[in-house]
Amino acid sequence: MGQKATERIFEIEAEATVEVEAGENVAGLEELRVKWLGRKSELTGILRGIAGLEPAERGLVGGSANKVREKLEATLEARIAELSAAELETSLSTDSIDVTLPGSPVRAVGHLHPITRTRRLIEDVMIGLGYQVMEGPEVEHDFYNFTALNHPDDHPARMLQDTFYVEPGGGAPAEVGKQDVLLRTHTSPMQVRAMEAAPPPLFMIVPGKTYRRDSDATHSPMFHQVEGLAVAEGITLADLKGTLLAMLREIFGPDREIRMRPHFFPFTEPSVEFDVSCFKCGGTGQLGKGDRCNLCKGIGWIELGGAGMVDPNVFGFVRDAGYDPDSVTGFAFGFGIERIAMLRHGVGDLRLFFDNDVRLLEQFS
Amino acid sequence: MRIPYDWMSTYCDPGMEPEVLAEKLAMTGTEVERVVVSGPPSAENFVIGEVLAADSHPDADRLRVCTVDAGEGDPLSIVCGAPNVAAGQTVVVALPGAVMPDGMKIRKAKLRGVPSEGMICSSAELELGEDSDGIMVLPEGLADPGTPAGDVLPVSQVVLELEVTPNRTDCFGLYGVARETHAITGAELAPPPWQGESLAAGGEVEQLVSVKVEDQDLCPRFTARAFTGVTVATSPLWLRARLIAAGQRPINNVVDITNYVMWLTGQPMHAFDLDLVPNGALEIRSARPGEKVRTLDGAEREPGPDTVLVCDENGPTSIAGIMGGAGSEVSETTTSVLMEAATWNGPNILRSSRDLNLRSEASSRFEKQLHPALAARAQIVATGLMIELCAAKPVEGMVDVAAPMPESRTIRLQAGSVERILGLAIDAQAQLEALDKLGFGVGRDGDDLAVSVPPDRHYDVTREIDLIEEVGRVNDLDQRLPATLPCGSGRVGRLSRQQSLQRRAEDSLREAGFDEIVGMSFTDPSEAQLLRLAPPDPRAIAVALSNPLSEDQSIMRSTLIGSALGAARRNLARGAESVALFESGRVYLPAGEFGSGPLGGDFPGKQRPPVNEPHHFCVLATGSIDPASWGHDAVGADFFKIKGVLERLAAGLGTSVEVVAGEQPFLHPGRSGEVLVEGRSAGWIGQVHPAVAAEWDLGEVVAFEIALADLLEASPLGEEKYVDFTAFPPVDRDLAVVLPDSVPASGALEAAREAGGKLLRSVAVFDVYRGDQIGDDEKSLALRFRFGADDRTLSDEDVTAPWQKIIAALEGMGGRLRG
Ligand SMILES: [Zn+2]
Repeated sequence: MGQKATERIFEIEAEATVEVEAGENVAGLEELRVKWLGRKSELTGILRGIAGLEPAERGLVGGSANKVREKLEATLEARIAELSAAELETSLSTDSIDVTLPGSPVRAVGHLHPITRTRRLIEDVMIGLGYQVMEGPEVEHDFYNFTALNHPDDHPARMLQDTFYVEPGGGAPAEVGKQDVLLRTHTSPMQVRAMEAAPPPLFMIVPGKTYRRDSDATHSPMFHQVEGLAVAEGITLADLKGTLLAMLREIFGPDREIRMRPHFFPFTEPSVEFDVSCFKCGGTGQLGKGDRCNLCKGIGWIELGGAGMVDPNVFGFVRDAGYDPDSVTGFAFGFGIERIAMLRHGVGDLRLFFDNDVRLLEQFS
Repeated sequence: MRIPYDWMSTYCDPGMEPEVLAEKLAMTGTEVERVVVSGPPSAENFVIGEVLAADSHPDADRLRVCTVDAGEGDPLSIVCGAPNVAAGQTVVVALPGAVMPDGMKIRKAKLRGVPSEGMICSSAELELGEDSDGIMVLPEGLADPGTPAGDVLPVSQVVLELEVTPNRTDCFGLYGVARETHAITGAELAPPPWQGESLAAGGEVEQLVSVKVEDQDLCPRFTARAFTGVTVATSPLWLRARLIAAGQRPINNVVDITNYVMWLTGQPMHAFDLDLVPNGALEIRSARPGEKVRTLDGAEREPGPDTVLVCDENGPTSIAGIMGGAGSEVSETTTSVLMEAATWNGPNILRSSRDLNLRSEASSRFEKQLHPALAARAQIVATGLMIELCAAKPVEGMVDVAAPMPESRTIRLQAGSVERILGLAIDAQAQLEALDKLGFGVGRDGDDLAVSVPPDRHYDVTREIDLIEEVGRVNDLDQRLPATLPCGSGRVGRLSRQQSLQRRAEDSLREAGFDEIVGMSFTDPSEAQLLRLAPPDPRAIAVALSNPLSEDQSIMRSTLIGSALGAARRNLARGAESVALFESGRVYLPAGEFGSGPLGGDFPGKQRPPVNEPHHFCVLATGSIDPASWGHDAVGADFFKIKGVLERLAAGLGTSVEVVAGEQPFLHPGRSGEVLVEGRSAGWIGQVHPAVAAEWDLGEVVAFEIALADLLEASPLGEEKYVDFTAFPPVDRDLAVVLPDSVPASGALEAAREAGGKLLRSVAVFDVYRGDQIGDDEKSLALRFRFGADDRTLSDEDVTAPWQKIIAALEGMGGRLRG
């Protein structure tokens, strides 16, 4: 009895294996699973009948049945996996799209204004050199814009900058030029405000809007400047040169040189104007076949801004805050952001920056 | 300041090309705007000629056919149209190849059939005078025919156009520029033209001229000389040529002398016809109310009370230091001259000239404050020229009404000071030599220098630091100065928190697809009307300019929306189909509470800023905001799109905003809201009122504007505190509630939040339904609630109580739950 059962078990294995391996789809294999391994299958019947065998035969028959059962299950799973992968491929091949159609657009990213980008570039360079970034009021007191910057009343230096004055609130309009409130003509008023607010050492820059009564291709009544101020013990004009050189090389390239020409500003002494060597012609003033460089107009240098050592008279206004010209010295500089942006990006007309044509803006991602 | 190069070279000849000198001047503090040529670009092909014959032209009444000896070869045939041409004249001939000042090149030509081999020049054509009616006739025998004209006439003069800074009054005189040239090139400097002579006060002249000065503070010095036997005539060619090259119009020899002396010494002068000054009596005083002066330019002017006048017994004759009067002008009939050289109060001249809106060569010098010593120098130089050019006899002496001279100044230049400021050591001898060449008196005092300041530099060089600048600038500073960085002092450069958050906010709008604009801070007063803003709205009360460039830029903007609408209009007019713009900038309000930090208008410094200028963001979109594709249509910008942008902006800063119903005069009344940050008003959002949008030629426009400081203050970025999310997971529950339209979503959320107590972590709308299943004036909101606690996982029972309260609250405001 026991031996017959064992033989039958191996017959089942052989028959079932043949059928499973011949199975052609997943559904058919599930049917075979029921037929050979299900509750009503012959193999299950043999296992159920083990109890009726001689105890000595039970182990052999049971062991064989379970082994065959495991083998059949593995064969079945393997065949199912094989078939279902093939079936997936078949179904995907019929589910195709035209990959050449355009993609669904997402909203494109916008653009920062070139002035903002340029301002941030300058800020980042100066932060790297250890400077803070500060902001100051655009509508300013005469005191900060002129008086405390060593422009006495009725001083011709005040005429250098054509100033917008602000109507006093309420009363009758005051005489132009005699008013206390104006639109700052430079970012320099923040020099005094910053020194009032904190003792030396002070290293800061001030980007911001400035205003002068002037309008043409190179002048806008509103424009942007960056002011820089460094005050500490032992600051020299040579430090100013090194600082400007480091900054300009970050902005215009590592091969740039700087030139400082003595000049006059009421609030610095000595004062200089500074130029950067032309990055188009490499400072030679000439392009290729001896043509004059149109960027620097053949000079090899490009004018950028004004600078100098802080005039002791300016420190005189903030002596109480710890600025004693006998113990600290400082330098200050200022230049136009538009000018940098125009040079870097080849924009020819300053007014384009405030026209806000998206065809310009979209060139500056 | 135009400096004719040859004229300057008579005092200091640097022996170099003008362009080379220009470069040196520029590198030492005197900016040279341009090097130009007065007259023809080159003297080449201009020669002296003699007119041998001037015959009439066969075919043209007005033309003459001249035979001209121009040196080599046969006489030339030249057709000339000038009425004054005649045989025997010595003239300037432009030969073929000569180039005229306007660029015209002279060629051989035929005029009405007659060959012409050159041109006989007028003084105007050579820019040596203004006479264009006839040819310039030179003194007979000036030079042989064929002599290059440039050898005997200033045909082509190189001129340096200097931009002199206002501190350098010395360089407003040509001799000062010569001294500067000496200092920077080392070339020899001729003694000044006034050297070696002096004029004592008093003398015979006091019989003819009397001067009374009311206020010596306004007129520190007034000098006058008298001349008799004066012959007024045209100035000699050399003087006219120098004046023209300097940019001055020659008038007659006396007036030309005053201008020449001013150009040379920097001290303006004025000449009166002495016979037209009753009793030779002048009074210097302030203008009286209503007084009028007729100035040389023919205009009648009414000076203000601060203006100083020069008056004779008949009243004002000229405006002191600014412009002479027509009454006592020197003319062809003048035989006696009163020559004035005065010193005025600089600030007073500046003020008067500004008040009168009248500037002149004289006022532009006086306003910078001239030293009284200059007046006598000018008188000395002028006297020589009056004798030489006008055959004048000077009356002995000089009227000299003067306050005490400013005390001359000696400044100590300490041994280490130059290096301390410049960061470059310059040895004491080089310092001494530099200052000496610049005209300072220098002596050694131990290791230091004792430096006395000449009158020319009295007001400019007052402190040691000014000497340091002088030493530095003429010592090849640009080449020698090292480039160093300030020594470390433990400073840290970084953006402030506000600044870095501002950048993040701008970047988030950029990433959301918005283009940044920069609008003008100025705007048109009519913009407030277009936006329907009216007092007491603070935005209707503008910060106004006293002296705007134009009406449309006459006030400062109080909102950013006008700039954004303007930019949208311009772009749509130029063919853009839609725009999405933002601006990050300030608005200007006459008053109001400052927000926090610079972005809120609160800046460092002792004095409060005069107005309130908080930083705002304005975001605007019109047209499609999500592009169309073959799969779906474009999505237009509408209220909820722009609100989504606002919410994204806030979320990017780690915070949130709330929008509650709130109207703005320029917004669609049914689609506008107030933006709250932490419960406080921080801006507005909405669809621009169609009638307002139409004023900007726009259709549906949505926008918001928000005070940046308020938004950033709510941001926890960088200061977030970790909340443990692993230990006690939250419990989420949803419900749908039907509410009347009169209840805004924000009201329902707020009620739910209040009712939910402290276990309610958040609540949000995740769907809105309108339609057949509910009433017409109702909406159904689907809400998602999240409950949680820090110390335990919530059970159903924990949530039951707040859940009941929430439902009750929603029902209390007219809601009913939807199954
Ligand atoms: Zn170049």
